[in-house]
Amino acid sequence: MSLLNHVLPWGIAAIALAMLLALWRLLRGPTLPDRILALDTLYIDSIALLILIGMRFNTALFFEAALIIAMLGFVGTMALSKYLMRGDIIE
Amino acid sequence: MTTTFLLDLVSSALVIVGVFFTLVGSIGLVKLSDFMKRLHCPTKASTLGVGCVLIASMIDFSLAGETSLHELLISLFIFITAPVSAHLMVKAALRDDPNIPRP
Amino acid sequence: MMRRLFPAPLLSAALFIAWLLLNGAAPAQLALGAVLATAIPWLTEPVRVDRPRFSAWPTLVRLGFVVLFDIVVSNVRVARLILGPEARIDPRFVWVPLTIRDPHGIVALAGIITLTPGTLSSDLSDDRRHLLVHCLNAGDEALLIATIKQRYEAPLIRIFEGAR
Repeated sequence: MSLLNHVLPWGIAAIALAMLLALWRLLRGPTLPDRILALDTLYIDSIALLILIGMRFNTALFFEAALIIAMLGFVGTMALSKYLMRGDIIE
Repeated sequence: MTTTFLLDLVSSALVIVGVFFTLVGSIGLVKLSDFMKRLHCPTKASTLGVGCVLIASMIDFSLAGETSLHELLISLFIFITAPVSAHLMVKAALRDDPNIPRP
Repeated sequence: MMRRLFPAPLLSAALFIAWLLLNGAAPAQLALGAVLATAIPWLTEPVRVDRPRFSAWPTLVRLGFVVLFDIVVSNVRVARLILGPEARIDPRFVWVPLTIRDPHGIVALAGIITLTPGTLSSDLSDDRRHLLVHCLNAGDEALLIATIKQRYEAPLIRIFEGAR
């Protein structure tokens, strides 16, 4: 179990870097779909981050959190995209 | 050269590969100049990125003695939902783009 | 009798397995899973009007492996495109004519196209005969259409429309 324990901190750092990059896109825009895309990427990355942390600390506690983030993230992306699609239509 | 060591090696490699693809997805998100190009990036993170990390986690927990298959559920869920959210984001971005000729 | 008890056997099996994956295989969870796997398809029976009919199970398994393989290959290709100079990327929209008619088959095809990085299915024409695909690096359009039709659509037609 030694090799993995050396790899995991670097993996967690890299995922955090990936999330920072996505955050930059979220703040920068320029359009609304871009921000939705950045949020989508952020939640996918956070699932990977949670699983890596779970492996690091040898606990299965984080799986439920990852599963819930997967579900809520999907619903969130869907709701935001739907709002953009409908907001333009005059009903 | 035991099986444990080999599985350790495999899961470490899977973590590295998964993290690499997640990172490349985010780099593309920042680097590319156009929304439709950027949209291709998170599909990488969600397929190979999370997929590899989940397989590594399965191996890791099985080595620790407790067989853990929750990860299959998460990866299945992501594989089902990722195309749907990507599709909706394209639709939100394009709405009725007149630049695309209809067949 | 079995048909009455399990109106959708595949759905029941999927629910049962998902419940066990989520909660572990303790005896109480087995029982609860069995109850849920029986009750949910029975209760949702009136809501599901149009259901897919699978046939050709070996084709389904083979398609699964083909898709997994393609996901890996195209991930590597797209990673090289992203890390390389951006001028080399040539994004384009392509209308892919569809032979498949079953709506579930079209959904599966669109999902597969999006899951393999580098191609995104973005719209379906109103008559469901053309699928709008966005390619990160289109290259030869005819080749792309032929690949999609031969690799994914042909097995999907066998899976979803083989019984008819």
